[in-house]
Amino acid sequence: MTEHQPIIEIKNLWKEYGANVVLEKLNLRVMAGEFVSIVGASGCGKTTFLNLLLGTEQASRGDILLDGQPFDPEPSVERGIVFQKYSVFPHLTAIQNVMLGEEFGHSGLGSLLTGRLTGSAKRDARDRAMAMLEKVGLVQAANRYPSELSGGMQQRLAIAQALLKQPRILLLDEPFGALDPGIRKDMHSLIRELWQEQQLTVFMITHDLSEGFELGSRLWVFDKPRIDPQAPERFGAQVTFDIPLNKPGEKQRQFDLVRQSATLASGASSEVQP
Amino acid sequence: MTRIINAQPNRYGRLLLGLLPFIILLVIYIAASDARLAENPSDKLLPSLSSFADAITRMAFEPSKRTGEYLFWADTLASAVRLAMGVGISALLGLVIGIANGMVPYVRSPLSPLVTAISLIPPMAILPILFIVFGLGEVSKVVLIVIGISPVIIRDMQLRTDALPAEQLIKAQTLGGNSWQIILRVVLPQILPRLIEAVRLTLGSAWLFLIAAEAIAATEGLGYRIFLVRRYLSMDVILPYVAWITLLAFMMDYALKRLSLWAFPWYQKAQGGRND
Repeated sequence: MTEHQPIIEIKNLWKEYGANVVLEKLNLRVMAGEFVSIVGASGCGKTTFLNLLLGTEQASRGDILLDGQPFDPEPSVERGIVFQKYSVFPHLTAIQNVMLGEEFGHSGLGSLLTGRLTGSAKRDARDRAMAMLEKVGLVQAANRYPSELSGGMQQRLAIAQALLKQPRILLLDEPFGALDPGIRKDMHSLIRELWQEQQLTVFMITHDLSEGFELGSRLWVFDKPRIDPQAPERFGAQVTFDIPLNKPGEKQRQFDLVRQSATLASGASSEVQP
Repeated sequence: MTRIINAQPNRYGRLLLGLLPFIILLVIYIAASDARLAENPSDKLLPSLSSFADAITRMAFEPSKRTGEYLFWADTLASAVRLAMGVGISALLGLVIGIANGMVPYVRSPLSPLVTAISLIPPMAILPILFIVFGLGEVSKVVLIVIGISPVIIRDMQLRTDALPAEQLIKAQTLGGNSWQIILRVVLPQILPRLIEAVRLTLGSAWLFLIAAEAIAATEGLGYRIFLVRRYLSMDVILPYVAWITLLAFMMDYALKRLSLWAFPWYQKAQGGRND
């Protein structure tokens, strides 16, 4: 990988559902190691954008390139995902949840047929899974089922599960939206640590503007620059602000700027979690 | 004063209150039976407890004079085998077709409408066809149970599979699972406890179809016996048989519940530990 090769390159990307334009004319480049926070009002297409990155939806026009290559049209190991909920498997204990990725990825016939490992391969997988649980601070809970874990612990588990596969990009879909403020703070420091330690490239959707500013190295605001009051679905959203966040001192000024942006401010403050 | 909605009976109170209706029913029966027998000692409609005991001894603990079999146990075995085969085959069909329908669009498109159509056929209406096609032997009785309950189980399993959060399946794909691995490791283990629930709920219908088939054509079986002795107005045999069938059904239900608790501890925890 050369210095100038972006990990994700988005070229003239459009997403339409019939006459309803959701995203229009997106042209973006993301370098490896960036942490992109994505904010925007409800219904502005940030989830659609994430689904395009994830591969559960396909672009109407344009391309998304990963390391210069077109994406698989379905979810794959290059992309790790943590959803707001339902990211972990309720029938597996924490350690089994993390091991599942190892068991799936293994090239042996046994793994292909039964999705399980045996013998030394299983011990190795277990060790790696345990190391991953240690990173997210869940060793004590290794043998508990998700329903016995708190919301924050479940999200830690989901992160560990995703990181085990060493994805090229990590997608976070409002990962901390359902957590208490105190827990959320812990999760912020955890994800920041993991990001720096593992050199991850992260895309995080959030409805919390300050969270986006605090965590990311770059912030995208999705918004519709043009609105036809007679037909609001006529025009799609674009990235109206693309703010680098690694310059100290700039942050507050930019934060205020985005807050003042009329449509977002009204959207963001009135946005309620479904 | 405590509101009635907050007043809780204690442990023994609950047990006593649970038994009370049964005791009351029993007392009413004995009183009515005594009254009728006082008027006509050869009355057969409400036999006394002692004639129940005689009948049970005769059916269960003495070999039949005609065949030398212990009829009660022979009937129980015959019915249990039919029921187990019918329910077992239905559960297996329900699991396989239900998951396939729920997970694979190319299976669902041709199969789902067919299952829906079959589930709308009244099974009793095609019982004559089964007797014609499969003869009067065991097969037609098992097939009746399967036709009666498997569409329900299949549709339930399909709905349960659909109801698994899409997030889980996406996550499994990002972990590198192929379709088969995802079905085997993510879907199947989560559907199994729901299969047990579905079987518990359809057991009643399975008994219904079994007894109907036995009533029409059989040479042994609990349903056969009940309909046979009906000709002699033998309430002293019919009522113990009905009680026995009820007890068997209850024990099967209880065993399945314990099996689910034992085999899928995560399921009960995720359900909030309800104990129904």
